[in-house]
Amino acid sequence: MPSAREINRRIKSVTNTQQITKAMKMVSSVRLRRAQERALATAPFTEKMEGMLQRLSAAIPGENNPLFVKRDVKRTCYVIIGSDKGLAGAFNSNINKEMVSLLKDKPRSASYLIVTGRKPVEYLKHLRITPDYKRAGFSDKPNFGHAQNLARKATEEFLAGNVDEVYLVYTKFKSALSQVVTQTKLLPIEPSVSEKSGPSEEYLFAPDAGQVLSTLLPQYIDMVIYNGLLQSAASELGARMTAMTGATDNAGELIEKLTVHYNKVRQAGITNELTEIVSGANALQ
Amino acid sequence: MAETGKTIHLEIITPDAAVLDTDVSFVLVRALDGDLGIMPGHAPLIASLRIWPLFYETDGKRHCVCVASGFLEVNGSTITVITPAAELPADIDLDRAERSRARAEKRLQEKKKDLDEVRAQASLKRALLRIDVAHKYGGR
Repeated sequence: MPSAREINRRIKSVTNTQQITKAMKMVSSVRLRRAQERALATAPFTEKMEGMLQRLSAAIPGENNPLFVKRDVKRTCYVIIGSDKGLAGAFNSNINKEMVSLLKDKPRSASYLIVTGRKPVEYLKHLRITPDYKRAGFSDKPNFGHAQNLARKATEEFLAGNVDEVYLVYTKFKSALSQVVTQTKLLPIEPSVSEKSGPSEEYLFAPDAGQVLSTLLPQYIDMVIYNGLLQSAASELGARMTAMTGATDNAGELIEKLTVHYNKVRQAGITNELTEIVSGANALQ
Repeated sequence: MAETGKTIHLEIITPDAAVLDTDVSFVLVRALDGDLGIMPGHAPLIASLRIWPLFYETDGKRHCVCVASGFLEVNGSTITVITPAAELPADIDLDRAERSRARAEKRLQEKKKDLDEVRAQASLKRALLRIDVAHKYGGR
């Protein structure tokens, strides 16, 4: 049985931990709100761009833009969006699991890895895999430039014929409690032709539809990746907030239990001393 | 200019925010193949823009927005501009623009082997555009 002093020390240490987890919880909940707002703010941009892409591909159905070209898949590129920091519940291990399931049963040369975030890179190192391209340092505050950078790399590899397909693997934010690892195809782009629109309006194009399309497509990729980055950032902060709320609650429970225990030990000590004094006094009589 | 009361809605959207959302009577942009003036009642149009200021008129006054490439769509009573970056003259960060101009110029002068000329040129153009617009319309 530990002494009262040992228990007291333990309580102090748990209290310290609780203070840290509480602070992390507060910080991530504030930043989560901001990240959610940013993720929402891109919605109109996404919507307009998708609309424009749809109208363009409706205007020139047989367009053979190099970004549309389907090839036999010999090598697949995965753009994996992870985080830089831990203590975010299952966030990182979910991404890691997804990576493993993508890579297993395939020779290493069949995939090309673009990885963001320190954590997935560390995990890959542990598996003795070196990512082909990695970026870190912006997982919880991505900006459009980061997305452009990743998109440029992926598009370059695709156009050079080094990879035949590009997938984006990110964590979709559903709520602070639930985030889902999601995989979407980036390249080749599959033009979505909507049938419901019927006879679409006649659009004018400047300079012409083909040229507009070839400038729009790279920006479309940028946007899809940017969305993925923002969703992942919100997911990371959400997961961290949930994990830290749990940790704070558990620490509270532990402190309560330890306090009860401490009081019991203290009381036992006092009772013990009293008995000794009383019996000592009795012996003198 | 157009008779008063006749306006078209102009929205400028970037990935992070709506920069502008207002009714205008005239818009002037530079598309890849030349200037486009758009007035209310324009036919549906999609255009790819250059790195160039966008001018719009409200109540006979001319305003300017810095638009770094992007696309413009006219559909009925709205003009939508979607662009990776757009700033009102008052919001331009002059220091940052000067810095990126210096950086781009240096890159272009050094002519290293791995120089991505297109990127450096685009970055220089954006910086020059921002500096220009800030000086002319930002009241600085």
